[in-house]
Amino acid sequence: MTALLEVEDLRVAYGKIEAVKGISFTVEAGQIVTLIGTNGAGKTTTLRTLSGLLKPVGGQIKFQGRSLKKIPAHQIVSLGLAHSPEGRHIFPRMTIEDNLRLGAFLRSDKAGIEKDIQRAYDLFPILGERRKQAAGTLSGGEQQMLAMGRALMSQPKLLMLDEPSMGLSPIMMQKIMATIAELKSQGTTILLVEQNAQAALSLADHGHVMEVGSVVLSGTGQDLLHDESVRKAYLGED
Amino acid sequence: MNELPQQLVNGLLLGSMYGLVAIGYTMVYGIVQLINFAHGEIFMIGGFGALTVYLYVLPDGTTMWIALPLMLLGAIIVATTVAVGAERFAYRPLRTAPRLAPLITAIGLSLALQQAVWAWYPEAKQSINFPEIEGGPFKIGDVTIQTGDVFLLVAAPISMAILAFFVMKTRTGRGMQATAQDPDTAKLMGINTDRIIVVAFALGAVFAAVGAVAYGFKYGQVQFRMGFILGLKAFTAAVLGGIGNIYGAMIGGLVLGLAETMATAYIADVPGMEQLGGQSWANVWAFVLLILVLLFRPQGLLGERVADRA
Repeated sequence: MTALLEVEDLRVAYGKIEAVKGISFTVEAGQIVTLIGTNGAGKTTTLRTLSGLLKPVGGQIKFQGRSLKKIPAHQIVSLGLAHSPEGRHIFPRMTIEDNLRLGAFLRSDKAGIEKDIQRAYDLFPILGERRKQAAGTLSGGEQQMLAMGRALMSQPKLLMLDEPSMGLSPIMMQKIMATIAELKSQGTTILLVEQNAQAALSLADHGHVMEVGSVVLSGTGQDLLHDESVRKAYLGED
Repeated sequence: MNELPQQLVNGLLLGSMYGLVAIGYTMVYGIVQLINFAHGEIFMIGGFGALTVYLYVLPDGTTMWIALPLMLLGAIIVATTVAVGAERFAYRPLRTAPRLAPLITAIGLSLALQQAVWAWYPEAKQSINFPEIEGGPFKIGDVTIQTGDVFLLVAAPISMAILAFFVMKTRTGRGMQATAQDPDTAKLMGINTDRIIVVAFALGAVFAAVGAVAYGFKYGQVQFRMGFILGLKAFTAAVLGGIGNIYGAMIGGLVLGLAETMATAYIADVPGMEQLGGQSWANVWAFVLLILVLLFRPQGLLGERVADRA
């Protein structure tokens, strides 16, 4: 069986500076796969390339066996790849509900959209309480919930989350991570980019450690969590 | 006789024309952060489009009831074609260039369009008379509405209502709002932002064309330079209202029209300012207002303080 997402020897550059230097990994349906690493490792660049915002200079991206390289960003979501970007990027001057509706921009099944909006409110009750409020007035954690809810509105086959825990309080972070686990149990496939290695690896089926544009270590989430070098470099242990 | 109501109506009429043209500046700026200095010429070309339909397409003596909609259609088609062409061939190739490049391109395009009309449109080296709507002025109480203003009086509010409906209620309108707020994330939602940019240019041109037809009836003539001062005024209106905000453009236009009309009519009554009254000072007051707004409320009347926008 082929993987849902296959990335092979992917290279991405900003001008002459290569930010991603030939990485390969796969995501199987139903899995959580995580990319961890410090700032500047190329994790966000990788996700932005997968969703078409950046064009690779080399390598292959295959989603359900189909190459994504020539497909413009605005068509990629219709193939089933949703991206909740780093920094959340909700639409600040729109209401929460309008943000969610934009996540379903390409869908025309009205009843289904209403059902999924309700599902987002069930998943994040605080959003339901504030549905008519401008999204820019939400706290960081609430904005993160909205960004995730919005990405889910496209009914993705693969959900890409970029740094969902960034800048959140420990309690809020736990909530977000619990939600990711819940989404997995509902069958959502997730590609998770995180700096918080501990949290990400505990959830992940597979993990890849990135350093300055390359994958330096791969393994199951549990293996990496117990790996000496990972513990030293990313989990703050001596 | 109290002439204040009359002056207020004059100001609102003038202002609604500014508002129609200001929409194009504000929409394009809101989406691509470009001040499209050629927009005044899009307006001017709309006026010539309407004139062309009247002079060269319709048979002589066509009644205004039939001519007017066709003139409006001609204005819209010509203005939209030029605006969309400008976006495709002048601005799109510069999408990733430093901001100064498209700005200078816009100024160059503005001059080029003006000169093209001057050089090639028959008899455009002078002002050309615009057809008139028949019927006398209308009186509403103390207020007289000139025949030439009737089109503006009807078309401006309808246009504004259509625009507000479009932006708020249609799918493309919501796509526009999203693109204005965050273009990359809009793409992640599946919004074709290239198409949204074209729509912004086209819509701006449609409203400029309506404004140009209104201008033709109001002043009874069109000329190749009519887009210059009016474009600057409409740009002022857009900044006044808060550039990027379509309601701001409408309100900015009305405020500017009112302020200009009031200052022109009444400032000579202020002791010591006797020399400053009259139509020849109208532009001065409009731009004084712009300077005051930029000094005290640089984000405009309805604009929000946005730190990361120039």
